[in-house]
Amino acid sequence: MLSYLIRRLLLMIVTLFGVSIAIFLLLRIVPGNIADILFDSAGLIDPAEKKKIIADLGLDLPLPMQYWQWLNGLLHGDLGFSYVSEKPVIDEILPRIPITARLAGLAMTFAIAAGVPLGVISAVRQNSKLDYALRVLSLSGLSMPAFWLGLLILMACVRWFGTIPIYDRAPETFGAWLAMLAIPAAAVGFRSSALIMRLTRSSMLEVLRQDFVRTAKSKGLSDTAVTYDHALRNALLPVITTIGVETAFLLGGLIVTETVFNIPGVARFLVEAIRWRDYPMVQNLVMFIAVVVVTVNLIVDLLYMLVDPRIRYSE
Amino acid sequence: MSTSALPAASGPVTHSFMNNVWYNARRYPLGVAGAIIMIVFVFAALFASTVAPLDPFSTNAKASLAPPGATHFMGADMMGRDVLSRLIHGARVSLAVALGATFIGSGFGAAIGLACGYIGGWFDLLVQRVTEVMQALPLLVMALVITASLGPSLQNTIIAIAIPLIPTVSRVIRSNVLSLREMPYVEAAKATGMSEWRVAIVHVLPNTLAPLIVLATAQLGSTILTEASLSFLGLGVPEPYPSWGRMLSESAAEYVRTAPWLVIYPGLAISLVVFGSNLLGDALRDALDPRQRD
Repeated sequence: MLSYLIRRLLLMIVTLFGVSIAIFLLLRIVPGNIADILFDSAGLIDPAEKKKIIADLGLDLPLPMQYWQWLNGLLHGDLGFSYVSEKPVIDEILPRIPITARLAGLAMTFAIAAGVPLGVISAVRQNSKLDYALRVLSLSGLSMPAFWLGLLILMACVRWFGTIPIYDRAPETFGAWLAMLAIPAAAVGFRSSALIMRLTRSSMLEVLRQDFVRTAKSKGLSDTAVTYDHALRNALLPVITTIGVETAFLLGGLIVTETVFNIPGVARFLVEAIRWRDYPMVQNLVMFIAVVVVTVNLIVDLLYMLVDPRIRYSE
Repeated sequence: MSTSALPAASGPVTHSFMNNVWYNARRYPLGVAGAIIMIVFVFAALFASTVAPLDPFSTNAKASLAPPGATHFMGADMMGRDVLSRLIHGARVSLAVALGATFIGSGFGAAIGLACGYIGGWFDLLVQRVTEVMQALPLLVMALVITASLGPSLQNTIIAIAIPLIPTVSRVIRSNVLSLREMPYVEAAKATGMSEWRVAIVHVLPNTLAPLIVLATAQLGSTILTEASLSFLGLGVPEPYPSWGRMLSESAAEYVRTAPWLVIYPGLAISLVVFGSNLLGDALRDALDPRQRD
């Protein structure tokens, strides 16, 4: 167990190290940097001034030096300064994290609360009309772009309530937060719930065919007891393993959803930073996302081991 | 792909291709529905200039934000361009990006997966680490960073979406190859003195085709969605190509109040084509890869 944990942590560090190199190089293979963009948009053409900006930002250093500076700073908790706002990157990113985290948490809660029960119903009533309807519903959930669903919801709000629930200032109470984030969370969580529903259904169908379920039924247990106590417990295991994939999936959806609903979270901020070629910002934001995904995957694997005692990770 | 092991619905079992198609079509009606949706979109894309009622590029100040009516079946946008015609031409872009990215991603993924399963050793180890690095980032984030670095163009959008697909495909093919290698017929082929590479190409590769097709179809939908998201964010396919995702970004929040048709139809087109490819993908999975059947 302990050796497994150590090995996983080492592997995690190797992966994140790889991500840092990949991101760093990707952002620098393009010609044109922030100085060019600033100069293009401002119409400034004084070459001396441009040179000074490039030197100030350290863009004239050799790539390995630039990388080392970034990595070294990262390890010391110093993420550098944003090219655009000139504030420390960490001060720009940190306040946005709770907003995205709340939205993601709410979306995930919605996805599980809707996906698991509907998946169970679909499996128990396999091939009924209800099953078909639910399957079409989940497939359309996987087919709709999250931003379009968001726009449709906005449209419905305009039609029925005459207002658009767009983020304008930070809500103060918990209730206000919930009200503000509920609609975007549903829009982005619908896709995840569709995925969870499909997985729960196929996993349930597999378990329902097994011998112990038949035994439980023949002992005279009620259908509810068999479905929930015996089958669902086992069927949920494969669903748990996909939470890692789900997180990556959800983060992708959050980028567009935060844009549609004008929510000032980290996901939307990434797009803005990319538009501005704000290297320090993009680098650190992508690293942050990678850390989240890798950590969630690790936690899920460990959780899986706790939930299912049959699994023992050994050599 | 022989269906000889399956009982035919009626009559003697024959092996003709059409029979095979007909048999599976009746078994998977939803898959047929998906195939029809896809065919309609492919047809619209191929013959866009003939099918589209109006020129998708011609602007007309008088028709600015015209609601759906006789001339403009699905209304017109801010610049008076016909939405339906732009959607039909947009099918070209969406399908070109989706098919191109899926094809490139699956091709490279399959080649790398095959090589990993066969060569093993340090090469496999290295590729596995790189795969983990790529899977640490969501598809859209990776595509965003790649387009940002390559610059917006049709080609670059295809590349940006294809690269994140590679690890998923290579993983599946790799594990498939690893199990195929232990098959008795592979051993037999080797015993007859066939070279490793010939065995790989002649015996192993064709058997990875079914999971590859299933995977590629399943990913077609997500490539369309990724392209739409990239274009929606203004980082995908640039002007003058009409792209469904960008049509939505142009029209976003302000048109939600004033011109709902600019929001409804492009999104409907995206959802419908992804829905079709998902239906088709599910049916193909059930037909070609019975182990994954649900």
